[in-house]
Amino acid sequence: MSFTATKFPPSPLPLTSRSNDKPLSFSFHHSKPNHSSSFLGSTRRLTPLATPHARRTPSPSPPSAVLLQQASNLLVTKEEGLELYEDMILGRFFEDKCAEMYYRGKMFGFVHLYNGQEAVSTGFIRLLKKEDSVVSTYRDHVHALSKGVPAREVMSELFGKATGCCRGQGGSMHMFSKEHNLLGGFAFIGEGIPVATGAAFTSKYRREVLNESDCDHVTLAFFGDGTCNNGQFFECLNMAALWKLPIVFVVENNLWAIGMSHLRATSDPQIWKKGPAFGMPGVHVDGMDVLKVREVAKEAIQRARRGEGPTLVECETYRFRGHSLADPDELRDPVEKEHYSGRDPITALKKYLFENSLANEQELKSIEKKIDEILEDAVEFADKSPLPHRSQLLENVFADPKGFGIGPDGRYRCEDPKFTEGTAHV
Amino acid sequence: MNAKSLRPFLRPMATLFQAATAFSASNKFHFPSLSACNGQMCVLRSDARINQFLNMGPHKSLTQRLLTNAVATKEDTSASSKTGHELLLFEALREGLEEEMERDPRVCVIGEDVGHYGGSYKVTKGLAPKFGDLRVLDTPIAENAFTGMGIGAAMTGLRPIVEGMNMGFLLLAFNQISNNCGMLHYTSGGQFKIPIVVRGPGGVGRQLGAEHSQRLESYFQSIPGIQMVACSTPYNAKGLMKAAIRSENPVILFEHVLLYNLKEKIPDEEYVLSLEEAEMVRPGEHVTILTYSRMRYHVMQAAKTLVNKGYDPEVIDIRSLKPFDLYTIGNSVKKTHRVLIVEECMRTGGIGASLTAAITENFNDYLDAPIMCLSSQDVPTPYAGTLEEWTVVQPAQIVTAVEKLCQ
Repeated sequence: MSFTATKFPPSPLPLTSRSNDKPLSFSFHHSKPNHSSSFLGSTRRLTPLATPHARRTPSPSPPSAVLLQQASNLLVTKEEGLELYEDMILGRFFEDKCAEMYYRGKMFGFVHLYNGQEAVSTGFIRLLKKEDSVVSTYRDHVHALSKGVPAREVMSELFGKATGCCRGQGGSMHMFSKEHNLLGGFAFIGEGIPVATGAAFTSKYRREVLNESDCDHVTLAFFGDGTCNNGQFFECLNMAALWKLPIVFVVENNLWAIGMSHLRATSDPQIWKKGPAFGMPGVHVDGMDVLKVREVAKEAIQRARRGEGPTLVECETYRFRGHSLADPDELRDPVEKEHYSGRDPITALKKYLFENSLANEQELKSIEKKIDEILEDAVEFADKSPLPHRSQLLENVFADPKGFGIGPDGRYRCEDPKFTEGTAHV
Repeated sequence: MNAKSLRPFLRPMATLFQAATAFSASNKFHFPSLSACNGQMCVLRSDARINQFLNMGPHKSLTQRLLTNAVATKEDTSASSKTGHELLLFEALREGLEEEMERDPRVCVIGEDVGHYGGSYKVTKGLAPKFGDLRVLDTPIAENAFTGMGIGAAMTGLRPIVEGMNMGFLLLAFNQISNNCGMLHYTSGGQFKIPIVVRGPGGVGRQLGAEHSQRLESYFQSIPGIQMVACSTPYNAKGLMKAAIRSENPVILFEHVLLYNLKEKIPDEEYVLSLEEAEMVRPGEHVTILTYSRMRYHVMQAAKTLVNKGYDPEVIDIRSLKPFDLYTIGNSVKKTHRVLIVEECMRTGGIGASLTAAITENFNDYLDAPIMCLSSQDVPTPYAGTLEEWTVVQPAQIVTAVEKLCQ
């Protein structure tokens, strides 16, 4: 099946009631004519949901929708399910550990945690190959972990140690890994989207100019709802659709940009609509449900691999913690928070695995224990790692250190021994 | 070994060697054997180190000594031979670009109207039909996004050249240039390099109005992690273009709108200049005049007058705006003890201001007089021709300044 830029009904989406009780289907018609609940994040009162959701087998969906044909009723195999579970647990436990370490004074500055949004990272990134690229924002720890960067290296980086993935020079908001093709880690929002577009451009260039016909690398760009009001977002949507770049724009719409509700900042809060405006499919998916995200991601990534161009995927998700560890998080309605913690993606997956007999309690517990051990080891490794030496100060400013220029004595400055000591004045 | 016997082998750095003989014996040049160059394209560095580049075929032993100064000094026709070809500056840029694109298929051009239109100053004319639309990419008008796209492409293995139709438009890309170009190599702990070239025409033209007459060198100079060079002649334009493309660092290449039609004869053989070195334009004794880009020509024009008045100015085109070539500059200061900086930048926070600081820090003991800096007025460039003329430094002001300095 493929996405098309279908026309959408003019009535607003009942984003609250849609995905929980509806079966999994690729219906772009998310509207129910009369909905009693209001969009979360608005100032209107939230009406409680009728029944707790239960996953059912797909039932016939509205005629204009496209149904996913499945061989079995299940969305994942046992291995896949356990892999997803492990990845989400790793993300969740890691972020909790970060908070613990931050309050113990092991890391400083701005730390933005991903609790609650694991389904998006796991759902998308676990489908990628190692050569595919991921570009993220400052909320990038879990993207790094899902992509394959070892927890040790991420933790060291957060502690500012020389063994971190960026030698301690990047920090929480600048996670990079050449090996795993994680292209950052950007502090300014929207800044990474053009970089992701460039990585997708390279993929296309390699296929068409360098004639590497098997190069089908896909780039995923992750960013939030606040970014979707930024010019760089729109400029890149245009270019990606224009040149059919192999990129997927993943919007992690957690409804809040620090203290700014998405509704208060955006004239049309339905971000997926912005895709068709540029000539690419716009999809909305329940970002608290890893299996749904995964199904959407599969198709979006395959589309990109086939050379059909970009897709805009809006994942409705939520962060359980504040914007950063410095955020008191007083502005958000506790009822809203409670609602979303009821939709915890990890609990939801657990339930799915149990209900479909894909795993039992012990297996999941042993995964959690394994992750605990990994994290213990990561913290210990980070603790024991050395702080960066002064000689590191000037080392990576230029790829070619001749860029520091020629000193008064005629030699290149980088040849000055003070440079390797880090004490030279540039 | 003296400079004369080396003359046939010297590249147009030769003018430096003319000055070299005037230097004190403290400058010792070690001349490596040039036979090591057989079959290879060599660039003789100004300090006589040889950089060997790709194999370009038999090295032509008789290279003419080319003049890099275009205005004031006499044309030396004695060394001109049949080799070399004459072209305009924008053609030289294009030649450099084309050669690099042929040499390395990862080199690509990204910018507005670079493809089908051939570039607003014709620097990329003919390249799109030759290399294809993807290698010479016409972008929509989205400087920030396509500069960022160039950076992402550079991180993932390509070597893009981003053209700003006018340097001023790159202000819209400042976010990407400052945050990503300059920083990503560092914040990634050295994992990703960004071999990008950002180039475009800037400077004060002929009544182009304030926004099209900007000098961004001063705005970009503080960004750590980038290099800036300014070309001023067809010879150094081609050489710097090639060097910038081959460099692993992000380089901003400043061209000037009014210099695109300068004509000069350049060598047929391939050559690459050094990004960090300054160029000796006219050796002298009395005063060091440091300049770059278009002001070089105003300086050389003033130099004519000064020579008639009996002064002997030494003119250096600093070329490398960041980092400064403190060796060439320092040697000159040590000789003349007087410095005049002539630039087109604004006075506040300009290249001249940084250069003054650098010279004072390093060579204060050698100065007989305070450094004089002539810059443009801190004024948005007016449209009216007369006002525009008074915004920029004119040769008469340079003459007056030198006279004052040499009192």
